Amino acid sequence: MSADDLLFTSGARAIARSVNRRERSAADIAEAVRVALPERDRDLGAYLTLTPDLMRQHARRVDERIAAGETLPLAGVPVAIKDNMCLRGTRTTCGSKMLENWIAPYTATAVGRLLAAGALPIGKTNMDEFAMGSSCENSALRTTRNPYDFDRVPGGSSGGSAAAVGAELATLALGSDTGGSIREPAAFCNVVGFKPTYGRVSRYGLIAFASSLDQIGPFARTVEDAALAYDAIAGYDPLDATSLNAPNEPTADALRTDLRGMRVGIVKEFGTADLGPAIHAAYAQAYADLAALGAELVEVELPTAKYGLATYYLIAPAECSSNLARFDGVRYGLRVDGADVGEMYEKTRAAGFGDEVKRRILIGTYALSSGYYDAYYVKAQKARTAIADDFKRAFARCDLIASPAASTPAFTFNAKSDPVAMYLMDYYTIPVSLAGLPALSVPCGAVVPEDGTRPMPLGLQLAAPLFSERLLLGAAHAYERATQHALKLPRPQIAKAP
Amino acid sequence: MISERSSVPPADAAAKYEAVIGIECHVELKTASKMFCGCPNAFGGEPNTQVCPVCLALPGALPVPNAAAIEHMIRAGLAFDCAIPAFSKFDRKNYFYPDMPKDYQISQYDMPLTQGGVVRYWLADGTLRECRLTRIHLEEDTGKSTHAGSGDGRIAGSTYSLVDFNRAGVPLMECVSDPDIRSADEAVAFLDALKRTFVQLGISDVKMEEGSLRCDANVSLRLRGAAEYGTKTEIKNMNSFRSVHRAIQSEIERQTGLLERGERIIQETRGWDEAGGVTHSMRSKEKAHDYRYFPDPDLVPMEIDAATVERVRAALPELPIARYERYVDAYKLSVAQATQLVDNASLAEYFDRAVDSAKSPAGVLNFVLGDLSRLANESGIEVAHSKVTPEALAELVALTDAKTINSKVAKDVLVRLWNDGGSAKAIVQADGLAQVSDPAAVGAFVDAALAANPKSVADFAAGKENALKFLIGQVMKASRGTANPALVETVLRDRMR
Repeated sequence: MSADDLLFTSGARAIARSVNRRERSAADIAEAVRVALPERDRDLGAYLTLTPDLMRQHARRVDERIAAGETLPLAGVPVAIKDNMCLRGTRTTCGSKMLENWIAPYTATAVGRLLAAGALPIGKTNMDEFAMGSSCENSALRTTRNPYDFDRVPGGSSGGSAAAVGAELATLALGSDTGGSIREPAAFCNVVGFKPTYGRVSRYGLIAFASSLDQIGPFARTVEDAALAYDAIAGYDPLDATSLNAPNEPTADALRTDLRGMRVGIVKEFGTADLGPAIHAAYAQAYADLAALGAELVEVELPTAKYGLATYYLIAPAECSSNLARFDGVRYGLRVDGADVGEMYEKTRAAGFGDEVKRRILIGTYALSSGYYDAYYVKAQKARTAIADDFKRAFARCDLIASPAASTPAFTFNAKSDPVAMYLMDYYTIPVSLAGLPALSVPCGAVVPEDGTRPMPLGLQLAAPLFSERLLLGAAHAYERATQHALKLPRPQIAKAP
Repeated sequence: MISERSSVPPADAAAKYEAVIGIECHVELKTASKMFCGCPNAFGGEPNTQVCPVCLALPGALPVPNAAAIEHMIRAGLAFDCAIPAFSKFDRKNYFYPDMPKDYQISQYDMPLTQGGVVRYWLADGTLRECRLTRIHLEEDTGKSTHAGSGDGRIAGSTYSLVDFNRAGVPLMECVSDPDIRSADEAVAFLDALKRTFVQLGISDVKMEEGSLRCDANVSLRLRGAAEYGTKTEIKNMNSFRSVHRAIQSEIERQTGLLERGERIIQETRGWDEAGGVTHSMRSKEKAHDYRYFPDPDLVPMEIDAATVERVRAALPELPIARYERYVDAYKLSVAQATQLVDNASLAEYFDRAVDSAKSPAGVLNFVLGDLSRLANESGIEVAHSKVTPEALAELVALTDAKTINSKVAKDVLVRLWNDGGSAKAIVQADGLAQVSDPAAVGAFVDAALAANPKSVADFAAGKENALKFLIGQVMKASRGTANPALVETVLRDRMR
C-alpha cells in the first residue's frame, strides 16, 4: 500500500493528528489528493466539481496556522461537499441543469466552519437534483456508482458524498438529509451517515429543498470521525433563524464502549420479516449485538409512523414548490428566452428542472392551493405533530430507537422507475425526520441481493430524542467498535472491471 | 384600457348617495437595515448596490427578522389601540414577479402583528372622526422594474426590463382600514393622521414622493341610509395626498353617474390617471389570485411578551391626536394653528416647553407661528435647533405680556436671540430696552423731536395726520423703541394742540 493509499484509508483523527504534529503538511496531502483524485473518480462519478486550487489555498493556510501554534481539529483532512452547499467561487449545481453553471458568491455556514477547522475541500459531490431522490439517479449532470457494485446506485440524495467516503475518495463528506438523504446512502455505501437534530447545524447556504426538514450532517468511515466533523459544523448561526441558540455540546469526547444501562427501543411497527430472510436475520443479529453490549431491548410503538410517507410527501413538496420558485431565469442560473416574461419563466423551468423536481413542485402547488390547503397541508402538519408525539411517548420508555436505515440494500440502476417504490426506500427514516430527531446509520452487516453476486452493506438506524447527539454518537461508537461491520466487506471498487 | 370621462352629476344626485371608502396603505419602515438581512434600508443609491445573497434570493440564503421593525409595528399598533397578539407569524405569499426575488413575498396572513384598532382624526373644520383598522401587518418590499425600449417606460411595447433590487426586502407595514371613510376629504384627513403618527413615532418618513407611503382606496356607493354596501372598485396609482383626493372624488362622481343612469358598477381595479383626472379600468377581479399562503418554514413564530409591549408603550411619545385635542381644548388654539403645530413635532415640543415656562399659550403661539417661523423659514434652521431656547422665548413673552417691552422691541430682541442666543431679560436689562412710560421722560424725547422737525409740526397744524405718524417714528427712534407708543402720541398731540 502506497503512502497515498494510506492517506485515503486513514481516518480524520489520525490525519489531523499527524498534520498538527507537523509529521505531514496539509500541502502534501492536498497535492496527493489533487494528483490521485481525477483518475480515482473517473468511473465512480462521485464528484461534479473538483476544487484543486481552493484545496491548495486552504492547505497553505492550515500549514501557516499550525506553524503559528494553532491546533486544528480537522487539520489537513480532505473533505467532500454535497453540491447543494454554497462554496464561494465554486460552481454549485444542486445536480440540476438549472444551476449547472452557477458560481456561488458566498460560502454556507457549515462549509465555512468545516474549512475553518482545517479541512481541505476536494470538491463538490453529485446528488439527486435539488436533493429529491433516493438513488442519485435524479442528478441531471452525472451518474454516481456504488463503490461496492458498480451496477448499483449509491443511494441518495447525498449519493456522491456517500460514495466518495465509501470508496475512500474523501475522509469526510457533508451531506444533507431531508427524509433520509444522508442515512440511506450511508447504508448503501458502508459508511456512517449522521443527521443531527433539526436546528443544530445552520442551513445558511444550503440550497433549500424542504426548509422545515433539511439538515446538514457528516459522512465518515467511523462514528468517531462523524462526531469530529459534527463538532466542527454544529452550533448557533445568527444567519439561520431556525438554528438552535444553545451552547454546543461536543460529542467526540462522549464515545462509549458499551451500552450498559441503556434501553434500546425496537419499533413494533418496523418489523423486518417482510424484508426477506437474509435482511431479517441481519437486523435480528444487530439488535442482539446491542443487547450483548449491555443494552436492554424494549418494544416500543409508533402507531402513526405508517402515515410518515404520506405526510412527508405533502409537507416537503409544499415547501419545495415555494422554495424553488426563485429559479425563474431572472437573476441567475439557466434562462431560456420567451416572448414575454411569463413565457420565459415557463421555458426556463421546463428546461431547467427534471421530472422528479417538477412532480414535487406540482404536488406541492396543489397541496397549498385554495380549497385543498386544509385537506392536505394542514392535515399533514397535524399528522406530523402526531408522529412527533409518538416518538416522545416511545422515548419515555427507551433511550434510543433502532431500526433498518433503508428497506433494501443498494439496488440496480433503473430498478425503481415507479416513484412510489423509490419513496418507500425512506420508510424508516422519514418519520424520524418529521419529528426533527437526531439519527444516524451505522454499517450492520451485508447481504447478497437476489439479483446480485456481491455482498452489499446494510445500515442500522439509531435515532435519539431531540438534542441527544452525545448519547447517540456515544452508543453508535460502542456498537461499531464491537461489530466492525464496515471492515468485513471486501475493499471498495474505484474503477470499472476491465 | 377603457377611459370614462365623468361629468359632475347634479347636486341632488350627489346627496342621494353615500360613499363608503376603505384605505389600504403600505408604509416603508425606517430602520437601519432591511427586513430580513443586513443591507442598508436607504432610499435611492446606484441600482443593485444595496443587495446581498438574502435580498437577491440567491440559492441557500435565509431570512432573519429585523427586531427593530417588529418593535415599530408594536409602536404603530399601540398608537391606534390595536390588539397586539401574543403570537404572530410570517407567511409566504406565492406569486411570480420579476422584481420579487424569491417569487414569494414574506408577509403575514392569518396572524398579523396587530389586529383591530381605531384611527381618530380631525377634519379641517375641527370635526373629529374615527376609522377602524382591520389590521396592520409586516412584510417586505419588492424591487423596482424599469421597462425599456418602448420610449415611454411602459411595459407595453418595451423590449427589455431592468430590475433594481435596492428596495427589495425593505420592511413594509400594510395598514388596512375598515370601510369607515365617507368622503375624499375624510380619506385625506385619515392619511394625514396616519402620516403624522408614524412620523411622530419615528417609524417612517412617510414620503409619498419616495414611495415610502403607497396607498390604494376601495370605493363604493350606497343610497344614504342603506345598510348594504354597494359594489366596490379599487383605485391604484395615486402618488400624492392630492391625487388621492382627486381620484376618490372622481370615482365617486363616476359611480354616481353610472347609478343615476341605471347602470351597474363592475368590481374591478382602476388606475388613477393624474393628467387626465380620471380613473381607468385596469383589470377586472374576475377571480381572487390564489397566493397559496403558508407559514414560512424559514422563520419561527414570534412570541410578543407582555413586558415588551409595556416597555414600548411606556416609551411612546404624546400622540398627535392627544396633542391636537390638548391644544384645542386647553389652549384654545384654532384647528389650523393646532394642526400646524401638531404636524411639526419638533416645533410643537418647543412650543410646549416655552408654554411650560411662560404659562401664556397665546403669547408663545404668536411668536412660534409668527416671527420665529419666519426666521426659521428665512434661515433654513428649524426653530427647535435655533439659538432661541424655549426658556428665552418664555422670558420674552413674559416681558411683552407685562408690557415691560413693547412689541417693536420684542421683535428686535427676538432677532438678537436668534442671532446670538442668550436671555431676553438680560438683553432688555443690559440695553435699557424696558418700555418708558414716565410722562416726563417721554416728554423730553417729544420736545427734542418737535424742535428738530419744525416742518412736520407745521404740516400737522395744517391738518396733515401723516406728519404725526412721522413724529411718533422720530420719537421711537430716538428712544430706541422703548418709549410707550400710546403715551408718545398722547404727549405729541398735547404739545401741538
